[in-house]
Amino acid sequence: MKIQHPFARSLVTFRSWPFVIDLGVALCGLAVFFAILHMAAYWMGTPVPVVPISHSISALPLYAFYSLVRIGIAYLLSLTFAITYGYIAAYNPRLEVWMIAALDILQSIPVLSFLPPVVLAMVALIPGHQLGIEMGVILLIFTGQVWNLAFSFYSSLKSIPREMTEASRIYRYSAWQRFWQLEMPNAAIGLVWNSIVSVAGGWFALIACEMFTMGDRNFQLPGLGSYLQTATFSGDMRALFAGIAAVILIVVATDQLIWRPLIAWSDKFKFEQVESSDRVTSPILTLLQRSTLLSSIPGRIWTHIEEPIYRRMAQTKTCRIVQPLDQDTKRRSGTPGLWIAAALAILVIAWGADQAFLMLRTVSLADVRLLLLGAGATFLRVNASLLISAAWTIPVGVAIGFNPKLARIVQPVAQVMASVPATAFFPILLIGLVKLGGGLGVGSVALMLLGTQWYILFNVIAGAMSIPSDLKEAASLYRFTRWQRWTTLILPGIFPYLITGMVTASGGAWNASVFAEYSHLRHHTLQTIGLGAQIDAATDSGRFSILLLATILISLMVVTMNRLVWRRLYRLAETKYKLEG
Amino acid sequence: MQETGIPNETQTSVVEAIIRAEKIEKYYAQPSENRIQVISATDLKIVPGEILALLGPSGSGKSTMLRMLTGLSRPSAGQVYWHEKPIGDTEINVSIVFQSFALFPWLTVLENVEAPLQARGVPPDERRERSLRMLDTVGLDGFQAAYPKELSGGMRQRVGFARALVVEPEVLFMDEPFSALDVLTAENLRSELLELWANKTMPTKAVFIVTHNIEEAVLLADRIIVLGRNPGHIRTDFRVQLAQPRDRKSEPFTQLVDYIYKVLTKPDVAPAQAPDQQAGPRVRDQRQMHYQMLPHARPGGMAGLLELLLDKGGRDDIYRLADDLAFEIDDLLPIVDAAQLLGFLKIEEGDAAITESGAEFANSEILRQKELFRDAAVKNVLLLRQIRRALETKSDHTVPEDFFLDVLDEQFSEEECLRQMETAVTWGRYAELFDFDASRRRFVLPDAQEEEVDANEEAE
Repeated sequence: MKIQHPFARSLVTFRSWPFVIDLGVALCGLAVFFAILHMAAYWMGTPVPVVPISHSISALPLYAFYSLVRIGIAYLLSLTFAITYGYIAAYNPRLEVWMIAALDILQSIPVLSFLPPVVLAMVALIPGHQLGIEMGVILLIFTGQVWNLAFSFYSSLKSIPREMTEASRIYRYSAWQRFWQLEMPNAAIGLVWNSIVSVAGGWFALIACEMFTMGDRNFQLPGLGSYLQTATFSGDMRALFAGIAAVILIVVATDQLIWRPLIAWSDKFKFEQVESSDRVTSPILTLLQRSTLLSSIPGRIWTHIEEPIYRRMAQTKTCRIVQPLDQDTKRRSGTPGLWIAAALAILVIAWGADQAFLMLRTVSLADVRLLLLGAGATFLRVNASLLISAAWTIPVGVAIGFNPKLARIVQPVAQVMASVPATAFFPILLIGLVKLGGGLGVGSVALMLLGTQWYILFNVIAGAMSIPSDLKEAASLYRFTRWQRWTTLILPGIFPYLITGMVTASGGAWNASVFAEYSHLRHHTLQTIGLGAQIDAATDSGRFSILLLATILISLMVVTMNRLVWRRLYRLAETKYKLEG
Repeated sequence: MQETGIPNETQTSVVEAIIRAEKIEKYYAQPSENRIQVISATDLKIVPGEILALLGPSGSGKSTMLRMLTGLSRPSAGQVYWHEKPIGDTEINVSIVFQSFALFPWLTVLENVEAPLQARGVPPDERRERSLRMLDTVGLDGFQAAYPKELSGGMRQRVGFARALVVEPEVLFMDEPFSALDVLTAENLRSELLELWANKTMPTKAVFIVTHNIEEAVLLADRIIVLGRNPGHIRTDFRVQLAQPRDRKSEPFTQLVDYIYKVLTKPDVAPAQAPDQQAGPRVRDQRQMHYQMLPHARPGGMAGLLELLLDKGGRDDIYRLADDLAFEIDDLLPIVDAAQLLGFLKIEEGDAAITESGAEFANSEILRQKELFRDAAVKNVLLLRQIRRALETKSDHTVPEDFFLDVLDEQFSEEECLRQMETAVTWGRYAELFDFDASRRRFVLPDAQEEEVDANEEAE
């Protein structure tokens, strides 16, 4: 029998130092309380667009705290939005097509283009408080995080096994119970992994947008991003390195304290027939599970919240009748509310299009020509960075992947490296470039590389590890030449993974272009020809028409690339190069 | 008819039915005028005190029928009544045991069993007590803290049973509950189920089991309904009056099994009641349709079957063949159907008899076999003929898959279209009639033949 200790879970009475853990948990709770107080005081204070940034290292923890809070709030907002959006899209066949198409377009628009309108809107919306400016930045980070989460949740909902859904219907689950016992658990793994990518994207955006100029208005919020940028301006190397170290420290700590425990915990949501031996472990999770405080109190509170809901839901009419599955489409169609919402949406879109049209009319032909030139340059740069990344990561990744011992060490490192925001390293790169006399043309490619290569490396390693050993043995048995090995075994074997990595990387590279092609450094502005540079320059000078056109162009290019190249390669990867277990 | 199988009408009409289906139909609307009929108008009753088995070949709509009877799927026409009230607006009390168990892997055994009670608002203490009692009943005492993935298949299905029974359903539905289990485990669970049923340990008044396993039906059921396909309809409905426990080796048992085989293997003989002709869009009966339904079998399988048949003197009982091959009959039937479609064998009285061309096919070496297969396929299978014709006519000798999918679409459901196409590709490739480029989703003419066709064209 497979079960050796059926009661193992209830018999964990042996604990190493429970008291210390509980004390730690309590102290954390206290810290959170004061943090909230502090944050509230800062937010509700009068708006200060340019908060002076201190360069002393002792100020770093406070700045890190502000940045962390921004990311945390943006992430929670993203998660809520993603779940709502995914839910509506998955259960509303009429809206589904539109919502997914919208998602596809929204996720290809680079975050930084949103910056000026979002901040202006937020400042206008919440006047008289620092909260307005803060919300602008938070919303911006939100737009960088939310789309892949929404997509992940949506596809998890669509992939729930049919019999599971039927079981939930025949046993008359309420919407509440279905959400907690079927939909959320089913989506958990996808959400965790996408959260890692999302938060990494959030850091990238955060560092870029805590400090910016818009027309004649300057904005500077206390945080790590501003710290790094002001340090670069003033050439304070010590502060710069301390700042970068703080960023890396936070990323590594997040990985160890949050993501790894979450990954280990989400393991129980896997659909597997037998328990796999190779699992992610997390000492933190084990510690948390052993804490008496944490393991009993939330559960008890939750039960008190949940029980009345269950009892009430059980009495409702919809829960006493088995709802037919094939009625979903008919039941929801044609409600007046839906039509009103659709009409409103069309009105808003029409208004927006009209405004955009008016704005675009002011763009001169010379501007358009410059923008197109910039688009071409950025396109080449993005692809150059992808090619360079692929060129070094494929051989290195395969070598690592074929050596399981090495892979087990390198893979998590690559994963953490992928989460370190490339924007943090950019100042150093810039200073180096200026010293060497290189232009920003090379520098921007280098910055894109910083951000993109890790995704590819990470995926190539995973791909190489997934090539079955019997295929490798066959290749050596039949004395394949090196060329044959690569063309018949390795490249086809890693192809699906490589494509996944490249798609993620290309998205990141486009996003990075906005930041990379234009930069202020100690009183002079560095820039090169490129769409990203034009977006930045337009932001600086407050030319919204150029900004709009550039954003449309960049989105158009990303969407076209996705449709024409990546989607096709994806299909090829899924049909021809799929290694089935 | 058999002594054991007597018409059922007189006995069930006396008792009030728990679930009564009145002329229920299922069809899918197509963009064109036609619609695909999955199940033609059917009456059915589930009465207290009996185990009812629904038998049928794959594609006869067994599962669809179960889902309509449980309210999970609404009939396209007709109505299902629960104690004479429409099922869509009454509180019903049924459970389903699923083929794939459908347990929630993230909940422990106990939580899985508790979940349906939770949905009904049962307070925690009572929930736990009832669930533990039920786990005890199905023999899982002590496993409440385990997760489903830690259990064997048989134990997982026990959890499935416990979850189904804990709500004390009036009717227990089972959708191929034993087919994902190995033979011994399945046998064990079946007898335990019968024991629970006979001892009235479970409060359930009726059991409805969907299965493709004839022996299982005869072992368990008090009443058997055999469905036919294209579209699904009731072929026969009769009572099983063998006493429990039933002996598989006994004469009446094997006779009954044989009888059902005959019904299943001869879809055109002894038709069931005629489907009601109703007003509305024209319904095309698939039997009069243009394209034959290709059975999903591989050419290699057919060759194997024919060789075996030849060994046995060219004629054998299908049931025995399945036994010799250690096949489930449901796996063998498509192969038999396919060979029959290609004219390699004939079905006579539940026996398979090899034809002349079948014998030649079985005796030939591989290249000749392919030739024979090609001739038979072009002669008998319209779809393959059309694909080949289209490829020869087009100047670039390639045709997209979608072209034929659109044509098939008129007759088959979306899923079936894909399966039909898959089978057509397997057969066509084997016969070297055409090749299929999976990445471009196009049919292409094999190179050698392409040149040949081109040469012919030029000569003309």
